[in-house]
Amino acid sequence: MSEAATAPKAVEGPLTFLDDRLGSTTFFKRNMKKVFPDHWSFMLGEIALYSFIILLLTGTFLTLWFKPSMIEVVYDGSYTKLNGVKMSEAYASTLNISFDVRGGLLMRQIHHWAAILFMASIMAHMLRVFFTGAYRKPRELNWLIGVGMFTMGMLEGLFGYSLPDDLLSGTGLRITQGVAESIPLVGSYIYMFLFGGEFPGQDIVPRLFTLHILLIPGVLLGMITAHMMIMWHQKHTAMPVKKQTETQVQGYPFYPVFMAKTGAYFLFTFGVLALLGTFAQINPIWLFGPYDPGAISSASQPDFYMGVLEGSLRIMPNWEISAWGHTLSLNVLIPALGPLGIIFTGAAVWPFIEQWVTGDKRLHHVNDRPRNAPVRTSVGMAAVAFYGILWVAGANDVLAERFHVSLFATTWFFRVAVFVGPVLAYIITKRICLGLQRKDAGIIGHGVESGVIVMSPDGEYSERHEPAREQERTVILSKENSRPEPPAVDANGVPAPGSKGPLGHVRSRLNRAWTFDDIPIEEHGHDEEHGEVENGREPKQLNH
Amino acid sequence: MSDDNKDTGSHEPREDGGTPERVIGTPSPAAEKSLLPGGAAPAEGAAAEELDEASAKRAERVVAVFFLIAFAASVAFIAYYIGWSGRDGGMHGIHRTRESNLWLGGMMTLAFLAMAVGVTIWVRRLMTSKPIIQERHAPRATEETRASFAADFMEGAADSGITKRPLLRRTLLLAAAPLGLAPLVLLRDLGPKPGTRLRHTFWGDAVKKAQSQGKKGVRLVVDGTDRPLRVSDFSSPGGMITVLPEGIEHDLPEEKVLTQVAKAVTILINVPADQFKPAKGRENWHVGGIVAYSKICTHVGCPAALYEQTTHHILCPCHQSTFDATDAAKVVFGPAARPLPQLPLAVEDGYLVATSDYHEPIGPSFWERG
Repeated sequence: MSEAATAPKAVEGPLTFLDDRLGSTTFFKRNMKKVFPDHWSFMLGEIALYSFIILLLTGTFLTLWFKPSMIEVVYDGSYTKLNGVKMSEAYASTLNISFDVRGGLLMRQIHHWAAILFMASIMAHMLRVFFTGAYRKPRELNWLIGVGMFTMGMLEGLFGYSLPDDLLSGTGLRITQGVAESIPLVGSYIYMFLFGGEFPGQDIVPRLFTLHILLIPGVLLGMITAHMMIMWHQKHTAMPVKKQTETQVQGYPFYPVFMAKTGAYFLFTFGVLALLGTFAQINPIWLFGPYDPGAISSASQPDFYMGVLEGSLRIMPNWEISAWGHTLSLNVLIPALGPLGIIFTGAAVWPFIEQWVTGDKRLHHVNDRPRNAPVRTSVGMAAVAFYGILWVAGANDVLAERFHVSLFATTWFFRVAVFVGPVLAYIITKRICLGLQRKDAGIIGHGVESGVIVMSPDGEYSERHEPAREQERTVILSKENSRPEPPAVDANGVPAPGSKGPLGHVRSRLNRAWTFDDIPIEEHGHDEEHGEVENGREPKQLNH
Repeated sequence: MSDDNKDTGSHEPREDGGTPERVIGTPSPAAEKSLLPGGAAPAEGAAAEELDEASAKRAERVVAVFFLIAFAASVAFIAYYIGWSGRDGGMHGIHRTRESNLWLGGMMTLAFLAMAVGVTIWVRRLMTSKPIIQERHAPRATEETRASFAADFMEGAADSGITKRPLLRRTLLLAAAPLGLAPLVLLRDLGPKPGTRLRHTFWGDAVKKAQSQGKKGVRLVVDGTDRPLRVSDFSSPGGMITVLPEGIEHDLPEEKVLTQVAKAVTILINVPADQFKPAKGRENWHVGGIVAYSKICTHVGCPAALYEQTTHHILCPCHQSTFDATDAAKVVFGPAARPLPQLPLAVEDGYLVATSDYHEPIGPSFWERG
């Protein structure tokens, strides 16, 4: 960082070459020491990024042998148990990759595990971003791209595990067909156009293959690039600790610290996926056999990120409307489009709704602590409960079998729980958030328990409270106390701006719901407050 | 997530004058010592700038050991691949695959993880970078820039003439609109129109062919064996078997077989005659309690393949739609809205035959189904 201002020749040469042509050194200089604030949860998105890279690498390997064809062949290969069995070329070539291409099974398993890790880390990352309010202005665009990538990832996964044309994946496609057919007006056309005729036909695997290896990864790659560039440009959000403010960011420089850390992280991700690919068998298609439309195994489950669809299909009552020569399959349409529609649309519009309700149009670079935005946190937990209950409902048969309860009873349980659960989650989370706010207010107002017991001259014992440490205070005081909005109608009957009309009325009600039970955290004059505490008085009711 | 400020990552040296951290019980001696002996505890994330050279040397050696392990593992990966994975001319079945998966995967795992650990220790113990602070700036351009951009934009629009020549503008939009539609038209040949194909199965064709030869109907063959089924073969109550129309495997071109099987696949159930309640108008569709229902679930099309003998319930394992085999396969529970369609059966020369196609579309509902 100091005197010697020339890099070694091996670096200087290419840099000069580029600089002369692109003026790149200015860019490198500006970005080389880019600050990255530290927090473990900032790594979740990186797992997704690295899983994607590993998916590209292993996926390319698999395409070298995979034959996306539904032409029927008779298997004759290393897996002798299936010799002489008729199957599609897709399935036969997947067996070939598994049993005849050295390292093929390893790559297949790493690929599948990486897909699961990709989706899991996207979910974890999105939850982190949501609960810390990191999607707030100016980062709404990156949030939208993230929601888009999550959707694309689901499709990509569904198409990917449909390719081997084994019994399980064929069943998944059959369900896809049923869902397509349920769409009003155009359903049977969508079905015909998707499969090139009737199920299964001969077109679906090659079509899904092209979507899976070219179109969707291309779109994802574009979105990831945009996501990363926007993140780089806007700088990462920071947790509300000391030296992290709206106008400055503190952390280690990209080069060399963050670069080395993130490099190690890539290696860890690859290492863990290799470990899973080695020791944890996944999707053993040779055990399932080739697809046969008349066969099925019980307890067949999709990959975990599709479980929410599976669950909602299972617990939906059998509503169907038949009138005027037409049929509307609400029993398929609602569960297939409803829950994910609510979650994805809800996630996409949330930042804008929040902005509209709170009227907060400022830039935010320092994250919120989840407790300090109780409504947001509770809505998030309600969504988690909604998603989670539907997801578990996708295993209702397994639950019924394992715990020896009636299958119908588990189904009814989930039918109720999917509505009650989110409400409970909302209420409980809100209470916890407010409780934590109260605790914070107590720490700032009265200090922390020091563990020192003092006896007063009267013989009364009490615990001495000490002011909290500086860093703790910084974190707690990062809370922005909500300012009450002006009343919707002032004393002269003139409506406040933003609360006119029915929509404005809704807005001001929502705004009140957002802020009414906020617990202000304020620094009092220290000395008098201390006197009170040291006298062993109970802290007063802190609010309301 | 960040609620506990121990988790907030960047380590801050404690301010002077702060309150000591509250300790309950005897303090653990481990908390006072860094893992590598000697030297002050380095700041989390990167080592303190001033490194104790002796401990740095030790850390360097530890990192080097991990890098050497990674090197050895990669070499072992290549060596195993060349030397052992392909013995006797390749892999042979699941046992050799398992072995090669273990070696290749194990070495790969070791190589990646050892390298990862090495780099991590390097960052934590040897890198001397200190945290730095950078400013954040509002992304919005200055008002002058914005005004000057707006002026340029309007000037360009005026220069191009697009604002003052509406004919130009409108005809351009007109020209672009059909171009946008063209790709949609091009997708038309993705598949045929549904037509009536969702309403018929191969049973209809097979019955027609059999009847044209003067027979009563088409024989039922057992799925997988292609063997016509006699009534006497299926006489014990409680049984369930999957059947197809005779000829489906041979009369059709090879690429059509699976598609037709996917619609025609049928379950045959022998319901005890005393419990059987034939539906109205279908009194003669069964043969002494032997009934045939479509195997394709009316929910989303999975095979309704599980039959519970005691309750006579047919269960689809995908989403648990449950149908009553004794009562025209009516829905007992689950998300399916319609009973499984029934296939009319009869007996001819001791063989079970179907006398017509299903009278309604099989499988999931669709808009035009009615």
